[in-house]
Amino acid sequence: MLEIKNLHVKLEEEDKAILKGLNLTVETGKVHAIMGPNGSGKSTLSYVLSGRDGYEVTEGSAELAGEELLELQPEERAAAGLFLAFQYPVEIPGVGNMTFLRTAVNAKRKANGQPELSAGEFLKLVREKAKALKIDAEMLKRPVNVGFSGGEKKRNEILQMAMLEPKMCILDETDSGLDVDAMKLVAEGVNALRDEGRSFLVITHYQRLLDHIKPDVVHILADGRIIKTGGPELAQEIENNGYADILAEHGISEVMA
Amino acid sequence: MAVLQQKRDAAAARLDALTVATGDFTAAARSDALARVQAQGLPARRDEYWRWTNPAALNAVAPSPAAGSDAGDEFAAFDRIKLVFVDGVFDAAASDDLSQAGIELLSAAGNADIHWAGAIYGTLEKAGQTPVDRPFAALNTATATEGVLIRVTGKAPKPVHLQYIHSSDHSDPILHHIVKLEEGAELTLLESGTPGARFNVVTEVCLSKDAKFNHIRVQGAEQDRQALTHIFTRVAEGAAFKSFTMTMNGVLTRNECVIDIIGDDAVAHVAGAALGDGKTEPFHHDDTVFITHGALRGESRQVFKKVLKNGANGIFQGKILVKEGAQKTDGYQISQSLLLDDDSQFLAKPELEIYADDVVCSHGSTTGSIDQTAMFYLRSRGVPVEDATAMLVLSFMADAVDEIEDEALRDDILSRLEAWLSRHRS
Ligand SMILES: Nc1ncnc2c1ncn2[C@@H]1O[C@H](COP(=O)(O)OP(=O)(O)OP(=O)(O)O)[C@@H](O)[C@H]1O
Ligand SMILES: [Mg+2]
Repeated sequence: MLEIKNLHVKLEEEDKAILKGLNLTVETGKVHAIMGPNGSGKSTLSYVLSGRDGYEVTEGSAELAGEELLELQPEERAAAGLFLAFQYPVEIPGVGNMTFLRTAVNAKRKANGQPELSAGEFLKLVREKAKALKIDAEMLKRPVNVGFSGGEKKRNEILQMAMLEPKMCILDETDSGLDVDAMKLVAEGVNALRDEGRSFLVITHYQRLLDHIKPDVVHILADGRIIKTGGPELAQEIENNGYADILAEHGISEVMA
Repeated sequence: MAVLQQKRDAAAARLDALTVATGDFTAAARSDALARVQAQGLPARRDEYWRWTNPAALNAVAPSPAAGSDAGDEFAAFDRIKLVFVDGVFDAAASDDLSQAGIELLSAAGNADIHWAGAIYGTLEKAGQTPVDRPFAALNTATATEGVLIRVTGKAPKPVHLQYIHSSDHSDPILHHIVKLEEGAELTLLESGTPGARFNVVTEVCLSKDAKFNHIRVQGAEQDRQALTHIFTRVAEGAAFKSFTMTMNGVLTRNECVIDIIGDDAVAHVAGAALGDGKTEPFHHDDTVFITHGALRGESRQVFKKVLKNGANGIFQGKILVKEGAQKTDGYQISQSLLLDDDSQFLAKPELEIYADDVVCSHGSTTGSIDQTAMFYLRSRGVPVEDATAMLVLSFMADAVDEIEDEALRDDILSRLEAWLSRHRS
């Protein structure tokens, strides 16, 4: 599904390399988790994959289902089936959450040659998905993320994901800021979407989320590269021991991670 | 002195081409206003109040030609009393029955010198000449040829809608409306369309105790017309004045609003949303507001938003004056522009002048461009750049549009904004 080869990324404005030859393959239908110290480049990876400005790819490639991603505009990547649940969801005052969702859903349908959903069809769909995530009608009416609590914002990200039905879902610390119950809801939301045709890349710092969303593969990202890959037990190891040993093994000092 | 003489010459030249009606209830006010504008002269570029808006096109004896357009039947979805003016001339056939609605025309009010509007005509305008000269308003009082006189007791059952149609390329109407709401009365006034190639509209709104006035104005989407409007209002105890204007396009627009809060616990809100695209014709839009708080616990709000692209110009001059003794005044003012490119510009002059010690007044002004983080967020959800831009423009406009209390009217304005945005994508 997602194949990243030797990805090198620097900041556009400064001479600062962030990703330094990252290789990662996520197979169709699989859930991969990425863990890694703060500042190691996890969010950068998710932004570069979804096409945010400000980063320059100096080397390497990233393909989504065989299609070169890095050439595409952000909206084209979305249409191709990529979705990023933001670490920090953005507030958009004055734009209703419903309007936003409907515009997004219909834009994607249009790009894929499908007819737009009627107001009625859309409403039915969104109500059903919102209910599962315990997002109430009042929250749907409010402006996008404005005045939402941290947890509500994250649930709203999952609602968008459920509505857009992407092939490749990247979740950037969707668990941060969630209470125990909300974490369960989010995990259930993700698990409900698990499907043989859909892949996930779950960025997290904690084992907790991975208890609910059982990943097939766990990677450690440090110093701009995947330095270790393993099974779910790797997450447990990090939870218990932290990164120090693994980093030392790879000759990475903690400060520069 | 040379400058003043030039200003007076400009006034004389314009007045030469106009008629000061005599013999009706407005006669005394007209001759008073005539003397005032003759003494003031018309504005000059050097006048502080006209520093950012060149008055030349308004001073000119004849207007620059502007092609008319028929905006169609606006606010058609609303049950309202519609009055149609074509190039400033009342079109009885196209309008609802006036007499049933208790509305009179300025031109038909006759010579009754005891007419109720006699106590208002030119009075609020004249009071609004201090501390700043507003010569075009005095010119209007002296020479207006038409207008409506609306007096409401109780709650008006329907909104009154003034629909302007611009047909002649050279029309230059001068309209003067009077609105009087008696104690506890309520009225919604709608205005739409373009009165003429160039126009000068003065509206005097007198609000008695506890009256509520709502004004929604849509200045039509014509390019070349030159617009000058003044609203003068006097707000008595417990009364509420609320005015919202949406402007799309226009080579020259100056909307002045002069609010005098004279009674305790009164409210005055004035808001504007302007959309300017200088692509095919220049766009220049000037909102000039002056609010005087002269009573206790007055609340005023000014919310002005401008979206500018392709070399469009936006101006905001807004002043809050709190007089001695006007304690517990709450004055708020915000003016913001969203520049969609580097060629457009926004100039703002917010002013506070406060002579009472127990007040809360704030003002803010910002100029910005589209928020790139929000843009990326929308695009990452599959929304194409142009649609995302439109959404973010609506997001920017929201605070101004939210000033419209009536939900149906608010939706109407929003759909006009959306339509404009889809017409002006690049
Ligand atoms: N636009 C930017 N401008 C400046 N520095 C940046 C920018 N984007 C990323 N960086 C830097 O790149 C490094 C990687 O940041 P990134 O956000 O990808 O880390 P992360 O792994 O997601 O960290 P965290 O676990 O704290 O979320 C950091 O040192 C960060 O400061
Ligand atoms: Mg991060």
